Amino acid sequence: MTNGTTSKDMAETQEDELRRVWANPKGWRYWTSVNNTQIGLWYGSAAFIFMLFAGVLALLVRLQLAVPDNDFLSADLFNQAFTLHGTVMMFLFAVPIFEAVAIFLLPSMLGARELPFPRLSAFGFWSFALGGVFVCGSIFFNAAPNSGWFMYPPLATDKEYSGIGADIWLLGLSFIEVASIAAAVELIVGIMKCRAPGMRINMMPLFAWYLLIVAGMILFAFPPLIAGDILFEMERMFDWPFFDAERGGDPLLWQHLFWIFGHPEVYIIFLPAIALMAMIVPTFAQRPIVGYSWIVLAAVGTGFLSFGLWVHHMFTTGLPQISLAFFSAASEAVAIPTGVQIFVFIATMLAGRVIFSLPMLFGAGGLAIFVIGGLTGVMVALAPFDWQAHDTYFVVAHLHYVLIGGMLFPVVAGIYYYYPLIDGRKLSDRIGRIAFWLMFIGFNTGFFPMHLTGLRGMPRRVFTYPAEVGWDLLNLISTVGAFIFASGVALIVIDILRPKSRKPEAEMNPWNAGTLEWISEPEENWGVRSIPIISSRYPLWDQPGLIEDIKKGRFYLPDAQDGRRETLVTSVLDAEPLQCLRVGGTSYLTIVSAFSLGGVFIALTFHWWLLTVLFGIVTLGTILIWLWTGTSEIPERNERDIGLGVTLPVYASGPASVGWWAMFITMAGDGTAFASLMFGYFFYWTIHPDFTAGLPGPGVVWPLAAVALFAIAWLVMLLARHANAKDRLRLARLCLFCSVFVTLAACLAGLAGPTLHRMQPTVHVYPAIVWVICLWTVLHGLVAIIMQLYCLAGSFTGRLTANYDADLRNVVLYWHFLVITALTSFGVLGLFPEVS
Amino acid sequence: MRLIPKEVETLWTLFTGPVVWALHFLACYIAAAVYCAKASQVSFSFGTLRLSLFAMTAVALAAILVAAWLSWRQWGFGSGDPPHDAPTRQDRLLFQGFATLLLSGLSFVAVIFVSVPLLFIEVCAR
Repeated sequence: MTNGTTSKDMAETQEDELRRVWANPKGWRYWTSVNNTQIGLWYGSAAFIFMLFAGVLALLVRLQLAVPDNDFLSADLFNQAFTLHGTVMMFLFAVPIFEAVAIFLLPSMLGARELPFPRLSAFGFWSFALGGVFVCGSIFFNAAPNSGWFMYPPLATDKEYSGIGADIWLLGLSFIEVASIAAAVELIVGIMKCRAPGMRINMMPLFAWYLLIVAGMILFAFPPLIAGDILFEMERMFDWPFFDAERGGDPLLWQHLFWIFGHPEVYIIFLPAIALMAMIVPTFAQRPIVGYSWIVLAAVGTGFLSFGLWVHHMFTTGLPQISLAFFSAASEAVAIPTGVQIFVFIATMLAGRVIFSLPMLFGAGGLAIFVIGGLTGVMVALAPFDWQAHDTYFVVAHLHYVLIGGMLFPVVAGIYYYYPLIDGRKLSDRIGRIAFWLMFIGFNTGFFPMHLTGLRGMPRRVFTYPAEVGWDLLNLISTVGAFIFASGVALIVIDILRPKSRKPEAEMNPWNAGTLEWISEPEENWGVRSIPIISSRYPLWDQPGLIEDIKKGRFYLPDAQDGRRETLVTSVLDAEPLQCLRVGGTSYLTIVSAFSLGGVFIALTFHWWLLTVLFGIVTLGTILIWLWTGTSEIPERNERDIGLGVTLPVYASGPASVGWWAMFITMAGDGTAFASLMFGYFFYWTIHPDFTAGLPGPGVVWPLAAVALFAIAWLVMLLARHANAKDRLRLARLCLFCSVFVTLAACLAGLAGPTLHRMQPTVHVYPAIVWVICLWTVLHGLVAIIMQLYCLAGSFTGRLTANYDADLRNVVLYWHFLVITALTSFGVLGLFPEVS
Repeated sequence: MRLIPKEVETLWTLFTGPVVWALHFLACYIAAAVYCAKASQVSFSFGTLRLSLFAMTAVALAAILVAAWLSWRQWGFGSGDPPHDAPTRQDRLLFQGFATLLLSGLSFVAVIFVSVPLLFIEVCAR
């Protein structure tokens, strides 16, 4: 009896401890929270608000097109409205909403207490929110981007036409892309390294599989756009002629870089929505998914194939027909894995006893719409058909069928399905059903006629049309449909916002789902009360007593004995516990760094150079404080008893640490951006008989000197790491110190080539692309110097020692990537003009 | 030296087939694009280019077949049926083998898809 009371007391003490450590701050400090539940919710709400805003813009566009020769909107405002509509829907809703859902759901779905970098998620959210408000706000100052969501030059490089809008688009979205890449890093490391013990790779929830693939795709899809943005902004700001055909540039390069991003992006949007369906369908079929491995095939296969489709947006640009045919073939091939997923869902429904609930209704309706969009997609993937349909309303119809069926409907299904996790209550079934039918009927009424308007030749992006060409009735029907659709969306908003305090709270797992996210308790912040041992794909179905044991704290990490926020790190394949990771807690640093980085981008837009520099310094300072105070801390004891007789290390470095993986993933993305710039260099080589246009190059000597110096600096860094590991701290410091100077010399040598040969970047595209590649590499060299100095400071203050060397090992990893970048860039810049 | 590689404990093998597809796709696209841009400066014909890309296709298909065979072995030569959802190392390996095998199949078909244009298109028409 006494024992029982003691253990009960202990459990309560542990619970209080845990609750205190994970508590949200009060008052205005609430907004400094970094907890995944809050960040996910804010992220999702912000994305949803942006969606409603973009939806209103669409309604304005539809009103203008309702009747011929309409003057409801001016041509210019119309251009701003449709550009912002597309931009906001793609960049501020479709991609971020999945990041939001993932940050909200993943930890509990994986049985983790928290993802490994909560502050990074918060930083991503604040970047996104600020960037989004900046881009959306522009239309109220009549300064929104107005050249279409893909910003084609030469229209968008024409300053007289596009005004400041194009800069707002380029800089605002580059800023948001930073947030997406941050989310990708967080998700990949989280899914790979933070699953509950026992959740082997064959038992991961399918949602996690999809998100893993999508996060990987972001790493290779977004950087080409960032590279494109850099070229574009250099042209607009400093007149470097990357897309100006008169000076050797080519607008087609932008199209390549944009669509290398843009097509995978469609799948980056689509896969997470399908991932939601992969969670919902088994629940309502009340059985495990049929063909788990087939879903993995589909997710991985689609992820890869989606990178081979980008030219199908460029079928009418006059590329060689054989190039078009390669992309056409790949576009047809991607239908295979896409179809597999749909058949898997059908098979699961056939094998189980389907409960046709509201989430299933939205899901099934969405899939029906998506299949139509997929079929028209197969049509436009055929080059000859596309030559007819390109840039007409047929394409508008196709893309809305794909995106609204493949993304919006499943997301709404997800909202109805997961709402009890937010509020503890279900949304209204009755309102939901009415909303579904309004949306479904409204959508088809609005968008199906657009196939016909398109086939009748109506081009996209015209602000009005004459009465006698036979487009008026179809357009009127589309407008009516759009408003019916919007009324359905409005009903959902009302359902979410209306006060629900009179409704009884639902039980913990109201749909009787089998996956782990349903253990999450809306009123608690700790993620999971204790981290369970998992032995099934559907633990809530197959592991009796699991919820009880988790809630009673009978599994791992039931306490917070050090008063710190902690989560478990496990192995990639078999999820064996490896480390008890301390994660960052509440902090204002995330907001300050996000807002100051936002300040850099906003100041750049308006060419306020001094302010740009100031904001840059604040950003750098804040990030350094963040790293210094919040990462690689030496723990007061090395090991931690996590319960059930297991003791784990608290500190890890090198490939065993999550930081190392984050660096690796970030640099993979960084390397992709660099590869895109190099693609630009060779692209210009292909389109000109002499791509140097007879202008002087950087010479051979200086670039090769830069290569040699970067290689020496890298070797010295390797030596520094080695010496530090052997506890020869003075040698390690000496190496770091020398490496700083060698790196500086390498950067100067890199700049010397183009400077001494007086390469003028405004004269022709050749000097411009050489300068951009030089500057990219040198900038990375300067970042490396900051890292080296940071390690030196760490070594002198005792933060970096032989046993605690995570910082140094991460910096050396950065150097591996840097040395490849430097070898490639200066090697090519110096030698390629000689051999070509 | 072993002719047939040992089974390895890694997630990366899952992506072998798709990576081969990606390399083959890039090789076809880049070779054709550069050839058509520089056709006046090169000494060989479009037919030669097509032949060499066919050879490349054969190599890619062979590589995928090897990956498929290795994954078939990892899958125990089909000794067990899916779903491979037991909480054991054995089932995890079988799952990896089966998923890799499926992906090899998809990659094989996708490589053939991409090489079909080489059969039909004989000039650099724009």
